[in-house]
Amino acid sequence: MRDKLGYLKETPSQTAGPYVHIGLAPGAAGFEIFDRELGWEIAGPQARGERIRVEGRVSDGTGAPVKDVLIELWQANAEGVYAHPESGGEVEPGFRGWGRVISDFETGEWAFETVKPGAVPGRNGAIQAPHINLWIVARGINLGLNTRLYFADEQAANATDPVLNLIEQEHRRATLVATRQKKGLYRFDIRLQGEDETVFLDI
Amino acid sequence: MKPAEYYQRDRKHHPPALSDDYKTSVTRSPRLALLSVENTLSEITGPVFGHDDIDPADNDLIGNYRHDGDPIGERIIVHGRVLDENARPVPETLVEVWQANASGRYRHRNDRYLAPLDPNFGGCGRTMTDENGYYFFRTIKPGPYPWRNWINSWRPAHIHFSVFGRAFAQRLITQLYFEGDPLIATCPIVQSIPDADAVQQLVARLDMNASIPLDTLAYRFDIVLRGRRSTLFENRLEGN
Repeated sequence: MRDKLGYLKETPSQTAGPYVHIGLAPGAAGFEIFDRELGWEIAGPQARGERIRVEGRVSDGTGAPVKDVLIELWQANAEGVYAHPESGGEVEPGFRGWGRVISDFETGEWAFETVKPGAVPGRNGAIQAPHINLWIVARGINLGLNTRLYFADEQAANATDPVLNLIEQEHRRATLVATRQKKGLYRFDIRLQGEDETVFLDI
Repeated sequence: MKPAEYYQRDRKHHPPALSDDYKTSVTRSPRLALLSVENTLSEITGPVFGHDDIDPADNDLIGNYRHDGDPIGERIIVHGRVLDENARPVPETLVEVWQANASGRYRHRNDRYLAPLDPNFGGCGRTMTDENGYYFFRTIKPGPYPWRNWINSWRPAHIHFSVFGRAFAQRLITQLYFEGDPLIATCPIVQSIPDADAVQQLVARLDMNASIPLDTLAYRFDIVLRGRRSTLFENRLEGN
């Protein structure tokens, strides 16, 4: 499908549906098929920096937990380098910076373990506060939702982060900031709709 | 000359977050406007996969869960290219698929449909595109199945596709439908896409030239990911 200038149109999205786990996390769906499932190891054993665990829950517009959600995350290493040729730097062997987590089918709780990312370059010389990019898919979500996770103990960096500062209603910025429970443990709840709705991004 | 941002996503070409006829979307759709963020390094990068990450046989759903024989159903090849909006191939990118079996049943703990599981069919596969963006799978044509939306709602036969591209901004999940399926026109999930031409992009075409005589039919399904600017001028990204 080409337009008058010869560009193709992006393939339209469809929901990942209730059985997304079969394709993207089959072990969690209840059967073994691949020797290597992708996305379980985010940082790898050789990654430098602070080891952290992030726990959370996705809730719907009624406040109920979303128990069939799948979240992908994409992050830089502790030096602020992405494992990608355009990032301009080296990462530790085994560091991919990408992961996949699913919620518990009974409680909707999810968690992942990684290293805390460093600040990464922004546009036009700006610095972006340490953050993890998230992409959320589930039954009932027609097009994956992008958002970011920032860290409550990075107050100074967060205060000058160009993306957080784009959010007009200042109190909504807190929806993108994971709270620190104790050293190395953060909590990040995502609200799809309603009171304290998470800020989602059109990237 | 180094490319910069990805083209703005045309959200009118995608289903809106809230589509009333797809009931589950009602409580799972954000009500507030998305925050538009110009691409930074965080969006123009994304995970890189290699052939070491998968097994070459992972693209054969007829064989990758075989226990005592081939799975039941119509044997098909699904093949095509992953392109970007500039019509350039997207090479070496990961494509993942999952689907119901021939009777419309998923191998998933939450699927309680009365149709039987097939002991020889898992229903998931993955592959990498080659240097020309080409991919192929061999599988069984999935069956339609009922779901709880309206009382008598049936999904058209479909295969779920997950595609990465080179950047987190290109990440896409969608569904392939089959040419001629009368359920496409009545499905609230398909019809959440407002543009009829966009729906047609999700309909795989019967491809007799690619079928294997006396063995397997083939369907062609090309996938288009967001394209990217190439310009030296204005508003350049740090590092470019």
